[in-house]
Order: sequence, then C-alpha cells, then structure tokens
Amino acid sequence: MNWLDTIVQGVLLGGLYALFAAGLGLVFGIMRLVNLAHGDLIVLAAFLVLLLASALGLSPFVAAALALPAMFAFGWALQFVVLNRTLGKDILPPLLVTFGLSIVIQNGLLEGFSADSRRIPAGALETASLQFGPVSVGTMPLLTFLSAIGVIVALNLIFYHTDLGRAFRATSDDRATAGLMGIRADRIFATATGLAMMVVTIAALYLGTRANFDPTMGPARLIYAFEAVIIGGLGSFWGTLAGGIILGVSQTIGAAINPEWQILAGHVAFLLVLLARPRGLFPRAVD
Amino acid sequence: MNDHTLPSPAWTVSMRTRASSVSAAVALVVVALAFAVPFFATRAVLQDLFFILTMLVLAQGWNLLAGYAGLVSVGQQAFVGFGAYAMFAAVSLLGLDPLAGILIGGLAAAALAVPTAFFVFRLEGAYFAVGTWVIAEVVRLSLAQWKALGGGTGTSLPSGATRDMAGVRLVADWLGVRAAQATDIVCYWLALLLAVATVGLIYGLLRSRHGLGLAAVRDNREAARSIGVDPLRIKSFVYLVVALVTGLTGALIYVQKARISPDAAFSVPDWTAYVIFIVVIGGIGTIEGPIVGVVVFFVLRNLLADYGSWYLLILGLIGIVIMLFAPSGLWGLFANRTGIQLFPVRRILTGTHNAQTIKGVPHG
Repeated sequence: MNWLDTIVQGVLLGGLYALFAAGLGLVFGIMRLVNLAHGDLIVLAAFLVLLLASALGLSPFVAAALALPAMFAFGWALQFVVLNRTLGKDILPPLLVTFGLSIVIQNGLLEGFSADSRRIPAGALETASLQFGPVSVGTMPLLTFLSAIGVIVALNLIFYHTDLGRAFRATSDDRATAGLMGIRADRIFATATGLAMMVVTIAALYLGTRANFDPTMGPARLIYAFEAVIIGGLGSFWGTLAGGIILGVSQTIGAAINPEWQILAGHVAFLLVLLARPRGLFPRAVD
Repeated sequence: MNDHTLPSPAWTVSMRTRASSVSAAVALVVVALAFAVPFFATRAVLQDLFFILTMLVLAQGWNLLAGYAGLVSVGQQAFVGFGAYAMFAAVSLLGLDPLAGILIGGLAAAALAVPTAFFVFRLEGAYFAVGTWVIAEVVRLSLAQWKALGGGTGTSLPSGATRDMAGVRLVADWLGVRAAQATDIVCYWLALLLAVATVGLIYGLLRSRHGLGLAAVRDNREAARSIGVDPLRIKSFVYLVVALVTGLTGALIYVQKARISPDAAFSVPDWTAYVIFIVVIGGIGTIEGPIVGVVVFFVLRNLLADYGSWYLLILGLIGIVIMLFAPSGLWGLFANRTGIQLFPVRRILTGTHNAQTIKGVPHG
C-alpha cells in the first residue's frame, strides 16, 4: 500500500465532504436548524444538473452555473414558505418536517428518474490526471478540493465582510434585537438557505461527475456532511474543511486495509472525535 | 401540573375520566377479541394484524422517546436490526429455540443501548437525531461483516426452526392446523402480548412519579432539575427500556420473516420513517396517537399498495402537512375538540367547594 497516495486521495475526498457539509453548517449556524433532507437536496441538485446538461447539451460546469440561481430560488422559497414555520423552541417540527421532506424528495426522484445509477458526463476530464512526483492526482478530485476551498473562502468573506454577513451573525446571536435594528429574520433565513442550496449545487456537480449516483444515496451524504461539521466544530467553516479531510482520510485508509471497511472507518473516526472532543476540534459557536 | 398546595381537604387529584373508565372496559373486550382472532381468521388476516401490532409497538416506543422524553431518534433501526441478528445468532449458531432467541434479541438490544447512549447522549436535540443514525449505520456495517450470518447478503433461519418453536406443536394439535399456520398464530399471539404489555408499561410509567418527572424535564429541564429530577437518569432509563422493547419486536418480526439481511433489518424507511409517520399522523405525545396512526397507516398502505414510491411520497407529504398545521395529529385534533382521553395521564384537580374543574397541562 502506498501511504502517501492513500492520504492524498483521502484529503481530496475530504474536499467533497466539506462541500456536502458547508451548506449544512451554514444553515445550522444561523438558525439552529438541522436539515435532515440536506443529502437528498444534494442528490436533487445532481439530477437538475444532469437534466440541464443532457437536455441542452451543455458542459456540466455551465449546467451547474445555470442550476445555481434556480437552486437559490428553490432554497429561498423552501425556507420562507415551509421551514420558517417550524422554527421555535420545540425541536420536533424542524426535524420531522425535514425528515418528511427527505422521504418526499427521495421517492419523487425514484418516481421521476427510476432507481438507475446515473452519472453526469464530463468528457475527458473524467479520466484526466496530473502527476505530482510519485503521486498521481485525478483532475476532477483536485478541482473538487479547490472548489471546496473557494466555497469556504467565499462563505467567510460573506460572513465577516458584508452587510448580509453581519445580518446573518446578528440574527444568529439575538433574533429579537436584530429585528429591532430592522433585520427581517424570516428573509435572512430564506437567504441563508438559498445560499446553502448554491453550495449544495456545487457539491452536486462534483458528486455527479466523479461517480455514479441514484435517488437513494442522499441520507448517506447527510451523514458524511453531519460528521464533517461535528468533527470540525460548530460555526467554523475551516473547521468543516478539516472535518471533511479527517473523514476522507479515515475512509481511504480504511478502504486500503479492507475495501469493506471504507465507510465504517469514517464513522469510527467520527465516534472517536466525539468521545475525545464532544464539541469538535475547532469549535466557534457556543452550542 | 397544579402544584399549589391547597388548604382545603376537599380537593383531590384524580387521573380518571369518565371516558377512561369506559375505554378500560372497551380495551379489555378488544384484547379478548384480538386473542380470539386466530380461531376464525385466515392466515392473510393474521399476517396483516401481526404487521399492525408490531408497527404499533415500534411506534409506541418511538413516541415515548420523542413525544415524552424529547429524544428524537432516527436510529431506532439499530435496535430492530440488532435484536433480529441476535435472535438469528441464537437460533442459527447456538441452536436455541426461537422463543429464547426473541428474549435474547431484546436483551442484546438493551445491552447495545448502553454504549450507544454513552455516545449519543453527548449530543443535544437535532444532533442527537443524526448521532443515533450514525450508530445505526455503524451497527449495520459491522454486522454485514459477520460471515457466519451471511455477511452483506444475509441468511435464512434453518429450515424447521420456527416449526419447532415452543408452543407451535401444541397450537397445531389444539386447533388442528398445519405447522406453518400454527407458527403464524404463535407469532401473532406474541405480537399481541408484546403490544398489550408495551402499552400497559408506557401507560403505567407515565402515570407514575417517573412519568411526572419525564413531563417536567420535557417542559422545563432546569426547573425539573431544581426540584430534584435527574434528566440524564430518567432519559437514559427511557432510552434503555425502548431499546429493549424495540429489540424484542425486531427479533419477533424476523422470526416470522425467517430471512434476514443487513439492508432489510436496518432499513430506515421500514423501521424509522414509517414509525415516525405513524406517530406524527396519529398524534405525538399521546398513547392514543400511535394507535390511531397505525390504523391510518395500514389503510393508506392498502389503498396505495399498487403505486410504488408514490406511497411513501404521499405519506411524507401528509406527515409534513400535519406537523405544520396540526402538530398534535389526528388524535390531538379529536381530543382538543371533545376533551376525551382514553388513556389519561394528566392529573385533574377536582373539588367539592367549587363546581369548576381545573384541568392540568396536557399529558402532564
């Protein structure tokens, strides 16, 4: 086994998991909402990109660019019309509504696209690779990782250097006082979910071009995203990237030892972090 | 809860309502009828009733967790699957009677709940939910490595194992039926016993001091602590009991199915999604809710049986709509309008001074 290669592949896989996780962490950080349909929304976005790419004969990157505003609008409306109604002191409504949403999306996709595995065709990029010394790196995994860094830089910029970001932070800290300053929390929440759905679309682009996907694989993506957020610590986007990388490396090492252990190794790493550092490695938020 | 200490001795706290006295009598009749069903019903009817009863037990367990203890788990399939696998191991590998296997399944699930609780109780609220799911995945992936029980593809019970189960021969001779039907009858009676015991246990628990503590923790954790209720202890107890009941049910279901695979035994739709929808549609936080929910669920299932994934899609939509617009479910709508409670767990203050009756907080 080539350890260096295993670890590099794991780090790059971690980029994909960080993309899964960034949207989940964003929404949780602002409104304390864990969206159990997050994984299914990624798969939904992957089907949207696939549909646009095949119907219009576009490159997957152009198709994803077209899907971005559509998914933003979808996320905005979903939050404004449905999810805002569930927010409150009781944790049951948001959990059960998003769980229901997860089941609805999964079965809607099964009905619309059948249970077949699909892949977004990306032409020569699918198999292209770059050679760095002894390690060969796939172009697509590398692009995924760079996109993850790009998304995290962008989210940090929005959060800490724009009016919108200040409104996000203010609403997260104290919704009532932010309201007194003229911030409408329901719109801020809708914008946050819209933004999260744009991150989801980027995640979906790489999910769909790197490997096969089908309507039932959403819940597993939710779990990876969740694990990355918890490992990294709440409220820190860079922590989420670190969490994704730890998860990715654990999985590739597990797979290198025994192919059947890939997923299990990731879960075990998560449980170990939970045991040693219940608040994650780089916690920022108070809860 | 009305904790005012009133000077007048004429006031008494009562938990009985007129409807509950009637419903106790009705419940006795229903259970007696349900016991008698195998004497005249066909196998298909028995299997449907078995399905309804086992789903009811799972739903009551989840309802106790989520509706009363505030522990929203989406990982109860861990205990269904683990109980089922423990039963399979006991029967296939140790050659034990399936009946003993069911008990072992329940105990194994309760034992699994101890380390599980150690992890997931570090997480709060929504994180607890996903944490339980991760644990269920870990258990599923681990058991898929168990080659003696078929690994990832699963295995069947040894042929004849269920026919030799304790009581099957007896029932076959008594009712003059074939062994396969006698197995179904025994499984059905076990499911009925489990359902009655579970409802009775939960009803008893909620009416007890511990039930009051549970409601207090759910309504205001800090206030409950200040009067000496230990939230962690009471939640751990509930989590363990529900794991036991869920494991017993899982083992029983798989005695009847006689074939197991990791994907089926740890299925999220079968053992968690359905259960959540049953409780949400019926009414979360009441004992009546899951009973109503399981009936609605069964009717919908039969109506939509031919429509494949539309069925789950519609069930999901109904669940969302109910959670948004009628969070107390169908039973809640009915009870709020009529004031009827079949399984009253709230304490009602009645007095002779004043004709007025002060009602307690719902389910508290």
